[in-house]
Amino acid sequence: MSEFTFLFRGSDPTAQSPEEMQKSMQKWLAWFKELGEKGHIKYPGHPLERTGKVVRGKQKSVHDGPFAEAKDIVNGFTLIEARDLAQAAEISKGCPIFDVGGSVEVRPIRVLDM
Amino acid sequence: MEPGDHLFRREAGRMVATLTRVFGVHNLALAEDVVQDAFCRALEVWKFRGVPDNPSAWLLATAKNRAFDVLRRQRTARTFAPELGRLLDSEWTFVPAVEELFTANAIKDDLLRMMFSCCQPRLAEEAQVALILNILCGFSVNEIASAFVSSHAAIEKRITRAKKLLAASKRLFDVAAPAEFAARLPAVHRALYLLFNEGYHGASAETTVRAELCHEAMRLASLLLEHPLGATPATYALSALMCLNAARLPARVNAAGDLTSLFDQDRSLWDGKLATEGIRLLELAATGTELSEYHIEAAIASVHARAARADETDWAAIISLYDTLMSVQPSPVVALNRAIAVAQHEGPERGLDAIGAIENRDRLASYPFYPAALGELELRGGRYNTARKHFGAALALARSPMEQRFLEQRVGACERGDPPQPAILEPATHLKREMRT
Repeated sequence: MSEFTFLFRGSDPTAQSPEEMQKSMQKWLAWFKELGEKGHIKYPGHPLERTGKVVRGKQKSVHDGPFAEAKDIVNGFTLIEARDLAQAAEISKGCPIFDVGGSVEVRPIRVLDM
Repeated sequence: MEPGDHLFRREAGRMVATLTRVFGVHNLALAEDVVQDAFCRALEVWKFRGVPDNPSAWLLATAKNRAFDVLRRQRTARTFAPELGRLLDSEWTFVPAVEELFTANAIKDDLLRMMFSCCQPRLAEEAQVALILNILCGFSVNEIASAFVSSHAAIEKRITRAKKLLAASKRLFDVAAPAEFAARLPAVHRALYLLFNEGYHGASAETTVRAELCHEAMRLASLLLEHPLGATPATYALSALMCLNAARLPARVNAAGDLTSLFDQDRSLWDGKLATEGIRLLELAATGTELSEYHIEAAIASVHARAARADETDWAAIISLYDTLMSVQPSPVVALNRAIAVAQHEGPERGLDAIGAIENRDRLASYPFYPAALGELELRGGRYNTARKHFGAALALARSPMEQRFLEQRVGACERGDPPQPAILEPATHLKREMRT
């Protein structure tokens, strides 16, 4: 088994009714539950705040940010176990984020050759 | 959290009501933003971390913390609840004041305060109902429009206007003043009654949506019962009426999605627990001297609930109750209901006579149940052609695909010359005012 991170980009639209938001959340919970039962979740991960600081350059200047477009902002991550990259990508297809125009970036965790 | 549980919806009402109390009614929009924000946070955190043990408390705590942030940042620039007044001047006083407002009992009062504020006389009844659904029941404009079979634009306009009016009022309704409470209570009853009827008789084809409207009305009515000033005989009667009618909901639409008349319903599907609760509430309503229309309607519903089979219905009792209702609240629709009961008790010809004697029958002109009742009684008298004409007229007035299918079947029965079978739909007791568009 290899390890992967899922980086979730693009947040849920805010102009949703309470009922729609609850349904959206229940979809996420169902997806996570399914992944967990199949043994794919290494670590459930965390949601990220939308804003923070970006530190940049030799001067190490500190900026508010990231000022990416909403659809490009990473708003959470999860560690996944899968056979290979192809399977990890396949697993990501069940993510409810696609219903609201978001994306999942699947990145293998680099294995250190000792 | 169960899939059928409308946690977010329910909590939306509690949070908006409480935050509006903290921020003041003129900051209703701010309160709604904070609630939206709390849901966003819940969505983001819970999907990674799972639903907390007490999701309601989590949401409420999040809303409260956001309220503290807002007060800290904006209390010098913005005016908040006039009721809080100088308490907001320092962190020493506003923190305990807001904590106090977020306790369970305070929240119950906040819901009532908001409910009474929504029922202000300057708002049309349909605007009051839409506002209650939006603010207290957490229904979005889209969800209300679909439940009322109205356009999004029409509902949005109605709600925006109503909110503007609400936000322009100086403060929320004071539920601690007995005289004002008693004066506003009938309007609140009426709004909850209309909300329930929209679910029970309304035009939405989706049974789940309609059942939700009924349940929301029942939930809000039970809040009234929990308040010492709200637990009046009329409130008990209204709650009884809702329980007794809601008990029949599971049988109103059959497996094929078609409306089923009171006579054809599979009564084993009726919710016995709700019916028993309705009868218990009706007994509690029988105190004092007040006899509201809700008392009489609940009593009529209880006669149906007590009949194990349609032909065991005590029609004489129902006719006499309609006579009483006519003396309390005369209307052509009540008279039509009475005429149907007369037809059940004394035969179709006597029923037709009773319909013929209804005053102001012209007010029933756009009401599909009126020609449908005529058609049914003519059909029972064996006059198929006349019956067919009446059902045709009713069909032209049908307000939902369900009503349409029902009436098409009746037209078909006339054309085939089927032997008459009692199939009168259960009409609403009050004509719903057509929703303005």
